[in-house]
Amino acid sequence: MAQLLERSQVLLIKLILLVPVGLVLLTIAGMVWRTTSPVEPGVAVPQPIPFSHKHHVGDDGIDCRYCHTSVETSASAGMPSTGICLSCHSQLFRDAPALGPLHESMRTGKPIQWNRVYDLPDFVFFNHSVHVKKGVACVTCHGRVDQMPILVRNESLDMQWCIGCHRDPTGKVVSPSHVTRMGTLPALSEDERRQLLHMLQLENTQRLTDCSTCHR
Amino acid sequence: MRHPPAVRFHETTLQDLPANPHRRRLLKLMAASTALAGTGCTQAPPEKIMPYVNMPEGMVPGDPVFYASTLLRNGFGIGVLVETESGRPIKIEGNTAHPASLGAADAQTQAAILTLWDPERSHTIMHRQEISTREAMLSMLIQRLDEESQTGGRGLRLLTGPVSSPTLLSQINAMLMRFPNAQWHMHDPADSDARAAAALQVFGVPARTLYHLEQAAVVLSVDADLFGPSADGVRNAHDFLAARRRNPRARMYALESSPNLCGSLADSRQAMSPGEMENMLEMMAAALSNGAAALSNGGASLKSSSWLNRLYRQLLRARGACVVAAGHSLSLRAHVLVWHINTMLGNLGKTVYALEQYAAQQPGKAPGSGSQTARPRRPASLPELTEAMRNDQVSTLVMVNVNPVYDAPGMLAFAPALEHVPCSIHTGLYYDETGRRATWHVPQTHELESWSDAYSHDGIASIVQPVIAPLYGAYSSHELMSVLASGQTASAHATTRATWQEFWQARGEAEFEQQWQAALSCGVIASHDKLHTLHPLQGAFDALKAESGAQPDARPPNPPGVMTPSAAKPSSATIGITAVLANDSNLVAGEFANNAWLQELPRPYSKITWDNAALISPASARQHALCNGDIVSLSTADDDTGILAPIWIMPGQANGVITLPLGYGRSHAGNTAQGHGFDVFALQGVNGGLALRTFSVTMRRTGQRHDFAVTQHELHTQGREPVRNVETRRDSAPSNSSRVSEPARARARSGENETPSLYPGHEYSSYAWGMTVDLDACIGCNACAIACQAENNIPVVGPEQVAMGREMHWIRIDLYREQSGNRTQFQPMACQHCENAPCEIVCPVGATMHDSEGLNIQVYNRCVGTRFCSNNCPYKVRHFNFFQFSRNDPSAAAHANPDVTVRQRGVMEKCTYCLQRISHARIQAQKAGRPIRDGDIVTACQATCPTNAIVFGDTNDPDSEVSRSKASPRNYAVLEELNTRPRTTYLARLDDPAARLEEDDD
Repeated sequence: MAQLLERSQVLLIKLILLVPVGLVLLTIAGMVWRTTSPVEPGVAVPQPIPFSHKHHVGDDGIDCRYCHTSVETSASAGMPSTGICLSCHSQLFRDAPALGPLHESMRTGKPIQWNRVYDLPDFVFFNHSVHVKKGVACVTCHGRVDQMPILVRNESLDMQWCIGCHRDPTGKVVSPSHVTRMGTLPALSEDERRQLLHMLQLENTQRLTDCSTCHR
Repeated sequence: MRHPPAVRFHETTLQDLPANPHRRRLLKLMAASTALAGTGCTQAPPEKIMPYVNMPEGMVPGDPVFYASTLLRNGFGIGVLVETESGRPIKIEGNTAHPASLGAADAQTQAAILTLWDPERSHTIMHRQEISTREAMLSMLIQRLDEESQTGGRGLRLLTGPVSSPTLLSQINAMLMRFPNAQWHMHDPADSDARAAAALQVFGVPARTLYHLEQAAVVLSVDADLFGPSADGVRNAHDFLAARRRNPRARMYALESSPNLCGSLADSRQAMSPGEMENMLEMMAAALSNGAAALSNGGASLKSSSWLNRLYRQLLRARGACVVAAGHSLSLRAHVLVWHINTMLGNLGKTVYALEQYAAQQPGKAPGSGSQTARPRRPASLPELTEAMRNDQVSTLVMVNVNPVYDAPGMLAFAPALEHVPCSIHTGLYYDETGRRATWHVPQTHELESWSDAYSHDGIASIVQPVIAPLYGAYSSHELMSVLASGQTASAHATTRATWQEFWQARGEAEFEQQWQAALSCGVIASHDKLHTLHPLQGAFDALKAESGAQPDARPPNPPGVMTPSAAKPSSATIGITAVLANDSNLVAGEFANNAWLQELPRPYSKITWDNAALISPASARQHALCNGDIVSLSTADDDTGILAPIWIMPGQANGVITLPLGYGRSHAGNTAQGHGFDVFALQGVNGGLALRTFSVTMRRTGQRHDFAVTQHELHTQGREPVRNVETRRDSAPSNSSRVSEPARARARSGENETPSLYPGHEYSSYAWGMTVDLDACIGCNACAIACQAENNIPVVGPEQVAMGREMHWIRIDLYREQSGNRTQFQPMACQHCENAPCEIVCPVGATMHDSEGLNIQVYNRCVGTRFCSNNCPYKVRHFNFFQFSRNDPSAAAHANPDVTVRQRGVMEKCTYCLQRISHARIQAQKAGRPIRDGDIVTACQATCPTNAIVFGDTNDPDSEVSRSKASPRNYAVLEELNTRPRTTYLARLDDPAARLEEDDD
């Protein structure tokens, strides 16, 4: 019995059959590309005012809590109101063109629209105050903001990263008095670490790794 | 025929689904969905952070702020605390300081937040169906009033709903002083004119009834809806349950034309037509005035005379500590009889108070003290207004927050009469039926958007405080009224403050400011006035005695409620039957019609959603060969066009009575309200100036059918004992006593009497959450269901989806009916948080898990929607989000609880024990370095329950309230035999054998 199709036709059919496979691969690639984070760690986000944490924190030595007022009391760390900025800038650098949006905001009563750098999914409920209370230093998640002229996200914020600390906070927490300090975390001996965990009541991590701790 | 009801949605929805999809179509759909999945899924859009320009004082971003305010119900105040998140009101809780709330809130109060944000509320001033401006309206009004002032306001009429606000009353007073010939009319579709007329007849002044149920030993409800959605419903429920928990236990007896909440709680209930009730009251009053120890045998015609005799003896034994409460279905005469009976039993001033209605007068005068020079002005009625309108005596009509075109009795023909009025101004939340017919419509502010004040049902004043600026540019009714009162506009804030400045006569601004801030922050204005009841006029009951010899049906003119409907033959085409118009348990008289939460809330007994139904008894249905969903036409002798209404067979309904719930059949109330149910007001008649609640109708079959969206189809327990009863011993304390035996306590802690199980075990070192629901205290009011919906961002799904069983309520109120007869029992049913959870075992992706505190948690981001868990759940408390049910328009997003995930389509969800509240309490406790205390966590359902039937807490703590509750001998688990070991357990209902009235009949 003769060949039903010639060799070239067989090749053509094989090629045609490859097209859907390629399409599926392309779709998957597209999906992955579209759903991956638009802001990779280390990428600067443009802001309406080129606010420099390096200048305010590093050079001027302003404490985090001066602007992020509710970081110790509330889930949200709190973004400074226009009024807080103007508590200094009504006197300092009043005419700097970069501060135009600030004065504009006070004049019109419309808030400044900052672009979010640290964004968690809506099904994750993060509370700043309890982390601060439990000795998670600002630099642990936000990095050395005192060296950032423009704020960049320091960490990926994926669940693997969160749960790293939640599974074993040893060595990742500091004494509550050190929380807002910049610089590397103080090196502690094994004994001091144990004492710290005991003081912060973090010895039992079972609760920390329950889904319901962050998802509700 | 008016307003044919919506019919048959089953068929239309089923047509949309391809019954037999072809291969090619299936492939096309699959390809399309793959392509959509590829292109449609994106990362969440980048977000902005918008901090305040100037941070308001006391505000912490991310923390809610609670404001005390007042919501109005039938003109009376209900104190609330409004939770606001960054200035957005998101949830309402009761205010413990307010007497109408005591910390609890009913379903309507909870749902007010949805009405506040309703994007379909009226947005603009309308003039003859066209958009107009505030300036145009004001200049027109001022010019109109100038013209009216030339005749002293002869043609000026004001129509309001019931009013208790001292500010509004003083404005009305000022208006009536300025226009001496003007008239004020009042219209309340949710009230009964017969009740009001009877109080006027007995006391000589318009009066309302106040019950002190906590003082009562015996309560007889004569078709009264004591716990219904009225201004005092929550308080009545709280008070009666307080009396029930006492020893000896308070008793409740109910005579009902249609089952309402009293009947389920009653020790004994009887279905009776309003006419029979009137006869019974007649006999009782006669026996009481003769000092007889038993009812005379006039009850031979009544089927249950021995029952009534025992009831009578119970009332006699509880002289001065009983309550006879009359419902809206009763006639004027029956209401007078009830006052007479209460007076003769010595209840007046003890358990029953008659309080004078608020009248228009200057502030600073205590309500009811008529000593000042100017007599308080009282409102006239709606029929009088309609008469004047028809005779062209009304040139300017101002209608404040009323909707008479919809809810005036059909026989009054208010809408045609309105055509006679050259200038009519309507204010209201919605551009409704009346707004469209009036020459001007002004959008009115919600209570949570404007300043005002109100008295509670028992006379405690509170301030209506806005929690947000008007969302849709509406105006307060005080602003309009100040134009009428003084010719000038004034803000509601200034007017309300001025009222209280006059009341308090404070020395200086500082002292006033102090009092004002105190009133705002605690939500009530302290008052030391003792309540005094009115006393019946001399000879108020003489007329009754003169008539009592006559046969009831010989009395002219046709007393409503006395009917002999059973004369009709089943084969005849027309059937005579007594119609009773009842306030709907969700929409009351229609004011909540555009509230989707209340529309989708199942009625306590029928479990019907999104519809009203004509309720008839099973015997009547059999007699006339009717079944559920048959559409009948109902007409009266005066109005033979009638209405179309679908039938629902209601066990426990009185024979020969058809109950028609109000509030439906709206033609202009927003998209949520429209197209559902039938309008009963169209059928309502008027007799002697009183709108009838009970009258005879002719029923005809039409052959059409209507489908209802019902959430519970099976009312029998099938021997599984989901609800249980225990008898009280005569000598013991009634309620779950604190005398807890040690074995019971041990049993309550997980451990000892564990049956062997294949499920993995759990150990709890810290907390172990648990809940009990006291079935003896549950009145079936549905408040918890709406509180849960508001707290947990639960979407509504619409009637078609409800009919398919896809409603999303995390807590449902099951109803069980005893096979033997009258007794019913409600049971709130939410996720039971089983220790051996059948759902957890079958989840392929670990989306439902046990956490270290015993919660059965649902992880939405893991859920892939297999629905295995729901199939394996014996309690059927898991709900699958079949479509994108959650609305994502700006108003829905604005009032969503930010602490709870808004769930996606394709995700299973269920009760979490208010995990967000547990987390909040845990974080607070951890920050303070202390354990979570008992009472730190109050779930949303627990907080709103008027009777404290729900207790939540740590079962690891033997002294917590929930542990003590679980140690009660009444404690049991539903479907215990499955060994799921639920964390929610129930306390069996108590049955007091001494309180029964039936026992000798057997």
